[in-house]
Amino acid sequence: MKQDLAISVSKLTKRFGAFTAVNEITFDVKQGEIFGFLGANGAGKTTAMRMLCGLSFPTSGEATVAGFDLFRDAEKIKKNIGYMSQRFSLYEDLTIRENIRFYGGIYGLTDQQIKTKTDFMVGQLHLQDQINKLVKSLPLGWKQKLSFSVAMLHQPKIVFLDEPTGGVDPVTRREFWTLIYEAAQNGTTVFVTTHYMDEAEYCDRVSIMVDGRIDALDTPIELKRKFNAPSMAEVFVQLARKAQRGE
Amino acid sequence: MSVSVKVNGVSKSFTTGKVEVKALQNISFEVSKGEVFGLIGPDGAGKTTLFRILTTLMIANKGEASVDGFDVVKQYKKIRNRVGYMPGRFSLYQDLTVEENLSFFATLFNTSLEKNYDLVKSIYQQIEPFKKRRAGALSGGMKQKLALSCALIHRPSVLFLDEPTTGVDAVSRKEFWELLRQLQTHGITIIVSTPYMDEASLCDRVALMQQGKIMEINSPKGITENFKKPLWAMRSSAMYQLMLELRALNEVETCYPFGQYHHVVFKGNPVSEDDVRRMIGNISQREIEVRRIPATIEDCFMELMHQ
Repeated sequence: MKQDLAISVSKLTKRFGAFTAVNEITFDVKQGEIFGFLGANGAGKTTAMRMLCGLSFPTSGEATVAGFDLFRDAEKIKKNIGYMSQRFSLYEDLTIRENIRFYGGIYGLTDQQIKTKTDFMVGQLHLQDQINKLVKSLPLGWKQKLSFSVAMLHQPKIVFLDEPTGGVDPVTRREFWTLIYEAAQNGTTVFVTTHYMDEAEYCDRVSIMVDGRIDALDTPIELKRKFNAPSMAEVFVQLARKAQRGE
Repeated sequence: MSVSVKVNGVSKSFTTGKVEVKALQNISFEVSKGEVFGLIGPDGAGKTTLFRILTTLMIANKGEASVDGFDVVKQYKKIRNRVGYMPGRFSLYQDLTVEENLSFFATLFNTSLEKNYDLVKSIYQQIEPFKKRRAGALSGGMKQKLALSCALIHRPSVLFLDEPTTGVDAVSRKEFWELLRQLQTHGITIIVSTPYMDEASLCDRVALMQQGKIMEINSPKGITENFKKPLWAMRSSAMYQLMLELRALNEVETCYPFGQYHHVVFKGNPVSEDDVRRMIGNISQREIEVRRIPATIEDCFMELMHQ
């Protein structure tokens, strides 16, 4: 693996019986890059992402994530990445402090590290007054920001975000992207899926999946030029309209 | 035009433990017959609670509401016969086939697929090849079409759709809105909720909602025309840096990323490009593209959130 690559994937494939969910995808993601992973519903995004996180074993191909081989070292990958699912992934019946403590423990942080991280996070998110409140009492936008920070708790090299801004109000959605930019500036690689096409424009590079393949991969500016389209929304529609399979 | 849905001073609160959540606070609006009316807002705005009250599944703490002239409390049985409701979560019978689900709902309303075929035809034809398949085994898009067919099977006069396009990709969203426009030609009133601001422009009128309150009701055009401050789109080769520098300027009131541009409002509301260039003269970015643009619904929504 080249040193500056966070993710390197070659001909990665996943079959479920006769159905090829992910069909020989090949791409690299550089360290510190914000990589947008787009596709129509059913294109194979979630399956591909689950493989990269070590949650689903590939049928064939090659991949390294955070410097580890996906086929041999899936457990090491899990320790070196953060993951935020599209469904809210914190414990609703625990307080903010308890959630941070819980996830810190899972990732093997020391008590001292957990304490320092807790102080830093509540400061960054302005949650000082809420820290002993149950997570379920927080508005969705706060939960999503907290969820992101928890995914970053163990300072992963790569963070995977699966539709992190769905249903979030427009101001909070933008605050969330500020967190993403800050993480990338600090060297974390961000791998993100979204249905908001304006957010595709915020990525350094974007790939678009259609029917299990990656049909386009480039910077937003280059994609718009290639497809002669005024916006990423238009690029997406041109590609996704060709899709043969449903979800 | 006659009134199809009328809501007057409706409030609803929930208490969980010691916390009282005000889901709806003094909501009032009217929807005309045959209108496509959008409830636009993020999670927690109160959209689903409003749907439940209007479909007689929940009773408000305060205020009154009517659908097709019938009171949602006193005449709830009448309303249930004439509204179609597609909840946000898939609520059909997963163990029944497509065909069985449709005939079940048709029987409940004492009708049949054949009787109302003209209405559901364009939607049902897309799932007909799978009519022997169990609903639980359908893809998300297919489930959505089945749910819509079931909500239409008794030819409702008002159709309530709770976030039908959430989590749906941009292409499928477009197709869904084309379906709604077709339904409108049958004279059905449609009340639809969505967190996607860009979908507001596809409605005849919209209510912008946030935390249990309606911030504004108008046509999409009326809403964007109410944005009185001059809005400027800006772009450079380093967008994040540009945003940080703009936000640090005293002259800048708000600066939000909007896809490939930042949308910026300045204090003092400058209207000429020269004035704007003077205001941003000190920032380090070179070759900044600057142009004045009309506001989008999302600009208006964020502006209203700050008031």
